[in-house]
Amino acid sequence: MLLPKARGTLSEQLFTALREEPGTAVVLDAGVADDAEDRAIALWASYELHYRGFEDVDDRWEWSPDVLRVRAGLEEVLESELRERYDAHRPERTSDRVEDLAKDLFDYIAAHDGPSMARYVQTDATEAQTMELLRQKSVYHLKEADPSAWVVPRLPTGPKAALMELQFDEYGDGNPARLHQHLFERGLEAAGLRSEYGAYVDEATVPVLESNNVQSFLGLHRRLRAASLGHLAAFEATSSIPSRRMAQGLERLGFPDEIVEYYREHVEADAVHEQLAVRDICVPLVAMEPNLADDVFLGAFACLDTEDRQARDLLERWGVDA
Amino acid sequence: MSAQSADPTPDPAARPVVEERPTIVMCPEGPMLLRGDAVIEDAEGNRHRTTRPVSAVCRCNKSATKPWCDGTHKLLPKKLRP
Ligand code: FES
Ligand SMILES: [Fe+2]
Ligand SMILES: [Fe+2]
Repeated sequence: MLLPKARGTLSEQLFTALREEPGTAVVLDAGVADDAEDRAIALWASYELHYRGFEDVDDRWEWSPDVLRVRAGLEEVLESELRERYDAHRPERTSDRVEDLAKDLFDYIAAHDGPSMARYVQTDATEAQTMELLRQKSVYHLKEADPSAWVVPRLPTGPKAALMELQFDEYGDGNPARLHQHLFERGLEAAGLRSEYGAYVDEATVPVLESNNVQSFLGLHRRLRAASLGHLAAFEATSSIPSRRMAQGLERLGFPDEIVEYYREHVEADAVHEQLAVRDICVPLVAMEPNLADDVFLGAFACLDTEDRQARDLLERWGVDA
Repeated sequence: MSAQSADPTPDPAARPVVEERPTIVMCPEGPMLLRGDAVIEDAEGNRHRTTRPVSAVCRCNKSATKPWCDGTHKLLPKKLRP
């Protein structure tokens, strides 16, 4: 993947610097960003140095203090905006007891009300809209499960083994042909879309980039490990039923079986994953470290909130009442 | 008599022992989790082999992908959930 297109002053400066030799003196300041879009693409690229990198960027930039400094400035904005929205949506827990956490977390996720993109695809979306949705979704699905992988070494025994049990399934249970990222790649190819990692980043909407960034942010900061797992729990717990709707919509529109299969796999897989994420990962972690309970809900909110914003934005563009 | 019997009893506080995880788990208001390879025979006598390390077997009887759970239990009123 090559560096994406800059989308403002900050990303322009950052990407110009990244094309130079590492060590070149760069003075970058997150404060020069023009707007949320400029911040989102700059942060996205600075995280991407930790995943697969860019062909036109020297790998040593990954740990450049200059890049890390600008990244930290961007993360500060991301986190404060996220926490501000979360404050308006804190859970009303029945108790602080860890025994109630599974139920409270499932209830919190179920009570969240947002626009349903899957429902729209199931019954109304056009082929062109669905193709656009797949391109937008590819920004995450081609690195599906990777952001939670950062958390593994940061966990105690029980939650660590449980997270690996879930992740193993995301990564195809050892079979590359079943790797979820790869199922999506095959689906994109079959649908006539590009399947290389990051192929559609230049057209990614701001909410899509932000959602990607939130996952990397939570995954890469050990202090937010519980939020990363809360995000995972909410993601898995809002997947089976929407995946079935997506599969039905894709079939309605005559999409090839490979892309339908990606969603069908998620109907069954995520019915398992949601139970594992809540009962075997989040609950035991909070049982060991009770002060992490609120972070689990923060992460769950982050998932629900960023998914809503992506859906609302696309539906609005399409002139659909959400 | 094994060599182990001579070992001092480990202090549980010093070495937290994680319990063996269960093979079958009944999730409240949800499916039954099943670990490992298994063949399930459904009410019609059809056989289904598990395809993943952990499977979720529907207990609410409303799944569209029986015998596997597809999340439908969450759409049921609470008193109809398992
Ligand atoms: S138990 Fe989940 S669909 Fe029946
Ligand atoms: Fe997946
Ligand atoms: Fe999953």
